Amino acid sequence: MARLQINGLVKKYGDATVVDGVKLDIPDGEFLVLLGPSGCGKTTTLRMVAGFITPTAGTIRIGERDVTNLPPWKRNCGLVFQNYALFPHMTVAENVAFGLEMRKVDPATRAKRVDEALRMVRLGGFGERYPRQMSGGQQQRVALARALAIQPDVLLLDEPLSNLDAKLRQEVRVEIRELQRALGLTTIMVTHDQEEALTMADRLVVMSEGHVRQIGTKRELYDHPADPFVAGFIGRSSFIAGRVTARGTFVTDNGVTIQIAEHFAEGPASLALRPERVALGDAAKGLDNIVEGKVEFVSYLGAVLDIHVRIGDHDRVIVSRPTHGAPEPVEGDAMTIGWAKSAGLVYSGT
Amino acid sequence: MTLDERFWGRVALKSVASLSLGFILLPLVFVSWLAFFKQEIPSFPPEGYSLQWFEAVTRQKNFVNGFKLSIQVGVMATAIGLLLGVPASLALVRYQFLAKGALNTLLLAPLVVPGVVLGTSLYVFQIETEIATGLPFLGSFWGLVAGHTLVVIPWIVRLVTANLEGTDRTIEEAAQNLGANPWVTFYRVTLPAIRPGIVAGALFGFVTSFGNLEMSLFLVGPGRTTLPIAILQYLEWKIDPTVAAASVIQIVLIGVAMLITDRYVKLSRVV
Repeated sequence: MARLQINGLVKKYGDATVVDGVKLDIPDGEFLVLLGPSGCGKTTTLRMVAGFITPTAGTIRIGERDVTNLPPWKRNCGLVFQNYALFPHMTVAENVAFGLEMRKVDPATRAKRVDEALRMVRLGGFGERYPRQMSGGQQQRVALARALAIQPDVLLLDEPLSNLDAKLRQEVRVEIRELQRALGLTTIMVTHDQEEALTMADRLVVMSEGHVRQIGTKRELYDHPADPFVAGFIGRSSFIAGRVTARGTFVTDNGVTIQIAEHFAEGPASLALRPERVALGDAAKGLDNIVEGKVEFVSYLGAVLDIHVRIGDHDRVIVSRPTHGAPEPVEGDAMTIGWAKSAGLVYSGT
Repeated sequence: MTLDERFWGRVALKSVASLSLGFILLPLVFVSWLAFFKQEIPSFPPEGYSLQWFEAVTRQKNFVNGFKLSIQVGVMATAIGLLLGVPASLALVRYQFLAKGALNTLLLAPLVVPGVVLGTSLYVFQIETEIATGLPFLGSFWGLVAGHTLVVIPWIVRLVTANLEGTDRTIEEAAQNLGANPWVTFYRVTLPAIRPGIVAGALFGFVTSFGNLEMSLFLVGPGRTTLPIAILQYLEWKIDPTVAAASVIQIVLIGVAMLITDRYVKLSRVV
């Protein structure tokens, strides 16, 4: 259990820079999630921490140790692989005991700690089975027990839930989080699933194209996304292209004038709107912006309806509202939408 | 495809398969049958049946000695083949390097080169070596083992490579992550994972070495013959069912070896 510091981490393969200057400072006991689309460098970053990839530049420190040039077997990181990577020729207990054996823990203590680790993941009594005799969810828990048994300084999770079915995933999320908290383990998890990231993380790191786009708590990232990429990746946003023509005024490319907060600079920009911040029909009355539009598409998502409203010639704003209550709009309906100027996030540039 | 077409398709496939299988098995069946004939000159129908030829095999000094030598050579060649072939397979599957394709072809080549060609070249090579160094190479036990190692290697490389390619590499990373250095990782994780390939490669390599005739003809020395050569020499002046009996013993031994092996590692998974 330790603080993990990553500084100026770079990985290049020939001309391609996969990870470009990643800097992270993860305090002891924090659950940090690396989130981003595939190919954004999150897995490469994790593998550099585990020691499987040598960084081109930068340093990695675990606690007081500089591990940048240490081989994987000297790092004391517990890694849970996406495909679990259990040793097929060993029993569950032997799998979990492997790391302890490598650490020359005496057999009696080893047996005790294997037992503890398996009970921790609710697999007490499964020690004599072979991995192939277990379900995906159980194998996943064995992998977790194996990583925890070595009492790692940091726990690394590489898309640990992506091979589980949706229902199981929900349960395991909570389990992992509770275990991590109980043990006070510094943890990095890699995922491309934003819902997973939002439910598990203390802090999130959004990456794309090898860069860290933003680091923050869920609330910070959702309410104040640093750029359009984050605004589109964490939660959803409708984007409207245009320019800020004067303090507090945004004009879309189609000539619709929209009021925005005062602090955005003039110039070409795009406006991002969260679907739940936009009101429909009568509810829009009295808001800063009221725009007439036309319903183009309605999608039913169970508890909420997503209503795609066209404004101007090109732009489409997605509005979400509870399914029940008002009558459902249908495609082609005229629709008034409105939002407070504080709801609009403006990003300069195109 | 209609149901009818599919039915006839299956019939056609099965007939061709049975025919081929019959074609392969027929000589074995006849040899085995012949071994139990009573008369000395094989003719049909048999005059009666007896086990005397099996007893005759044990009285043939050439057969007994040839059998022993073939086993010794086969075991040594397979052992050396493993020591060279397994690391070579690891290199071929795991690493990128210059002339990788060339090395792969080179390692599999002895399977393609006719035995006579292989034998002749080794013969010449060993003579030249003997002239150059003055060491008694040609006709020695180790000269024979060297040749047999060549025909064993392709089997080991092929089967171990196939096994390695089907092995999940992340289990090795998992071992390293848990504190195992590369040597321990190889011994504790990689080796058990490729054991089926190693066992199958060793078995097929051994069988190939054991049955090798053409190449061995060039490499054996005076008073040192392998079983296939002993059989050939015997056939040159006599055709009685002793040879058939010797073959049956071989077939049974190899068959039993395969069955036992298959109990521990599923050969069907790697071959």
